Amino acid sequence: MHPVLSVIFFTVASGAGFGLFSLLFVADFFALGGGFSRAHLLVGGAIALALIVLGLLSSTLHLANPKNAWRAFSRFRTSWLSREGVFAVAFMPLALAYLACIAFDAPLWLRHASGFLSAALAWITVFSTGMIYACLKTIRQWNTPLVPANYLALGYASGSLLLLLGAVRAGLDATPYVALAGLIVAIAAVLKAIYYFWIRSPGLTPTVNTATGLTRAGVRLFDSGHTHGTFLTEEFGYQLARRRASVIKVLLFVVGFALPAVMLAAVLRGSGAEAAAAVAACAGLAGAVMERWLFFAEARHVVNLYHGAQRC
Amino acid sequence: MRLGLVIDLDVCVGCHACAVSCKEWNASGSIGPLADYQPYGAEPSGVWFNRIRHFEMGEYPHNKTINFPMSCMHCEDADCVTVCPTGASYKRAEDGVVLIDQDKCMGCNYCSWACPYGARELDRATGTMKKCTLCIDRIYDENLPVEERQPACVLTCPAHARMFGDFDDPDSAVSRTVRERGGYALMPELNYNPTNRYLPPRRKPEVSVAPRPRGGLKDSLRQFANRLVRR
Repeated sequence: MHPVLSVIFFTVASGAGFGLFSLLFVADFFALGGGFSRAHLLVGGAIALALIVLGLLSSTLHLANPKNAWRAFSRFRTSWLSREGVFAVAFMPLALAYLACIAFDAPLWLRHASGFLSAALAWITVFSTGMIYACLKTIRQWNTPLVPANYLALGYASGSLLLLLGAVRAGLDATPYVALAGLIVAIAAVLKAIYYFWIRSPGLTPTVNTATGLTRAGVRLFDSGHTHGTFLTEEFGYQLARRRASVIKVLLFVVGFALPAVMLAAVLRGSGAEAAAAVAACAGLAGAVMERWLFFAEARHVVNLYHGAQRC
Repeated sequence: MRLGLVIDLDVCVGCHACAVSCKEWNASGSIGPLADYQPYGAEPSGVWFNRIRHFEMGEYPHNKTINFPMSCMHCEDADCVTVCPTGASYKRAEDGVVLIDQDKCMGCNYCSWACPYGARELDRATGTMKKCTLCIDRIYDENLPVEERQPACVLTCPAHARMFGDFDDPDSAVSRTVRERGGYALMPELNYNPTNRYLPPRRKPEVSVAPRPRGGLKDSLRQFANRLVRR
């Protein structure tokens, strides 16, 4: 699949935003490390909402006809893309209500209820983002439950690293935030490793024989019938050399998971905690961008069987 | 009613006339225009509803070239319709034809991701997705003579490799042909239940390519002499 930058930015930014917002509620509910002050909670919430809104806006950049984008909320019952939009929009008023509860000292039960509901909706929205890809039977690398799991784990991992940066800047006890981030980043790394292991073996997939129905002998493409590229070759023809993909995977694990882990240890040691937390957050986000790019670049759509591939 | 096409791979000569005729009719049809990018330039490309690929089956000398026209299969379980977030893609209940409402499409490409057959192409000029309509503006047109109320590709095929009809009617020409010739669907393992059927190539008498048996003593002597002279 052709990797589109606007979609990569959208999934990484909104994933981190939703992750940060839900974990902010967790930190507030349990008063982790002494608890954020009101102003810090509001700033953190605003940053999370900004990430989400910027992501959603950038997602409209890949539309060829954005004036009809408002219609995307209409097929809630069948389309995961529609569901994602509806959940993301439903999240907004709840999240604003939670921030308002914090700002205007509302009763604690109201603050916790709106915070819990918005955290739950954030989880559902990121899950829907993953399901947009996981529900496609045409792309083997995407059609697995590991995809929404990866989207959730990576969104919450980047969110937890951003939250840690906030906690260090706010001067809270960093220990619970380091533990939280360490656990989520480790889960994200393990899930991603399982995913890469899983997509290595081809499994049961269509071949050029089932795609043409000519199963009695070997079949190969003779001529694709067009002189230059088509929409199909542009959209689905992207191919990444296996060796290059492996190099990116190593780099992604070093930058996205190992470096933040080292930085978490540095934060615990105390000296230069703020710089270490900033490096961890940036590395986590950079790793997420690399992961998302590879997620698209490695996906092979079955229509490639009609353009020369023997299996997908 | 379940309308669709039957394509005879034994007969198709790969002339691309169906694709050209499709483009001609639909460029001014209900979801036209069909944009062309650099039609006379170095990298000609554009929107087509029908594309013909050419495959080679088997190894020489038992090989065969198969010309392979493909357009929308008008699937029973069309994922392109279920994934569409705007409701622009829909499947008609009355005849099973899958269509795109050009006024609703936002050009997100998601339906083309869900289609395994490459039937959907984005038109960069209008920013909307386009696909085979089964010539919906032709097959019901009562101003046309009855025999012309068929998709343009079917009418134009010089080899009569394409048939159009109702697959729900067990006695229709398409249903009968599919039964008799063992018509099959493409990629049935994905469970899209495509309507269109392909008729497999028939077995042809094999042409022997073994070396010819050697002649008698006279032939051997002549060949020996020839070899001597050449040296």
